[in-house]
Amino acid sequence: MKKLAFLLIPCFAAAARGGEISLTIEIPRLEVAEYHRPYIAAWIEKPDGTVAANLVVWYDSELKDKEGETWLKDIRQWWRKGGRELKMPVDAVSGPTKPVGTHTVTIPKKAVDLPALAEGEYRLNVEAAREVGGRELVKVPFKWDGKTAVEAAGQGKTELGKVQIAVKAEAAK
Amino acid sequence: MKNITKHILGVSALLALASQPVHAHRFWIIPSASVLSGDNQWVTVDAAISNSLFFADHVAAPLAALTVTGPDGSPVEIQNGKEGKVRTTFDIELTKPGSYRIATIREGLAASWKEGEETKRWRGPVKDFAAAGLKGKPELKVFENLSRTETVVTSGAPSTDALKPTGKGLELVIGKNHPNDLVAGEKASFILHLNGKPAANCKVTVVKGDDRYRDAVGEIEVTTDAAGVFEVSWAEAGRYWLNATVEGEGGEIEGVPFSRRASYTATFEVLPG
Repeated sequence: MKKLAFLLIPCFAAAARGGEISLTIEIPRLEVAEYHRPYIAAWIEKPDGTVAANLVVWYDSELKDKEGETWLKDIRQWWRKGGRELKMPVDAVSGPTKPVGTHTVTIPKKAVDLPALAEGEYRLNVEAAREVGGRELVKVPFKWDGKTAVEAAGQGKTELGKVQIAVKAEAAK
Repeated sequence: MKNITKHILGVSALLALASQPVHAHRFWIIPSASVLSGDNQWVTVDAAISNSLFFADHVAAPLAALTVTGPDGSPVEIQNGKEGKVRTTFDIELTKPGSYRIATIREGLAASWKEGEETKRWRGPVKDFAAAGLKGKPELKVFENLSRTETVVTSGAPSTDALKPTGKGLELVIGKNHPNDLVAGEKASFILHLNGKPAANCKVTVVKGDDRYRDAVGEIEVTTDAAGVFEVSWAEAGRYWLNATVEGEGGEIEGVPFSRRASYTATFEVLPG
């Protein structure tokens, strides 16, 4: 079912607005004594390493007294890169943790205006940190020229599986 | 009266430690975490003077001398404090976002002189020096000590208001890097000031914790430049102990010349990259 959903994405492409981002994150099944769903953050970095946009932050957002925020700092590169400057929850970015499987989210251009960004070497970062478990950061570099479609993927080894980013082409003017 | 006696003895014991060789004992304040997220987080703090880092194997730090400064510069309450035999522990609640300074300062005079073959010693606050009647004692040596020991913890984004220098003694001034933003594989740069001015050419010693589990101490030694700036490369993640001590001419007290000794000691956490 998850695979099917992924295959369907190109069909939406024609109708999608240029600059729309499709992000796919695979959370692998792990054989461990104590398993908790990972906290995951995905963001795009500009060529200078600063954050262009936060795409998703999945954490225990439903716990009482915002208790889930206690462990946000464990997504430590994201925390340092700018997570610590954010006031949670972040509309259209943060949400609850996800189960094992492949998850695709669509980020509309109005949330992240990639076309407006300068041409250059960008980087998708997907970082996962699991309670009593490990932490992994997958980096996916991609070129952005303001209009040409992007498809790039990376592969995690421990806490993450395949991660992919697709940016729709800007409609011809 | 009993309490007063105990207090004086406590101060004397600490000054005695300060006048021993630098590496004999290490004063440290270590937080349960230095980088925190979420509202109203609690940090439990251990403080001790020990040989190995960061294991309490000698004497507890005096609880009453510890202070915590919040991100807005106001004092933060020390809760659940307990001064044990070898370790002092307490909790603080981080009710505001930003950086908190947890610190203790030891200061006072230390004197030694000869009475025949015997070396006599006196320690106490500056105001008690005249009453001690030491002027004119044979081979009298007087030291003024000012030792600062601290650590920093941060809730959310790091800030610097609580870390403003006081202009007194040897202290760390935040330059390019914040002590709660240290990552393995990177280099951090800080500034040392002595009495509000750059402490040039000052040796800084950095030791990684858990030395109990290795043969070599593995000290990193760096020296401040003319602007008091020093840099440390963090090879590995972990908890580090940092110390700098300077000695110099102090001036005169009650007509007796004295030397001045100031030290700065801190513990910083370096996270994996």
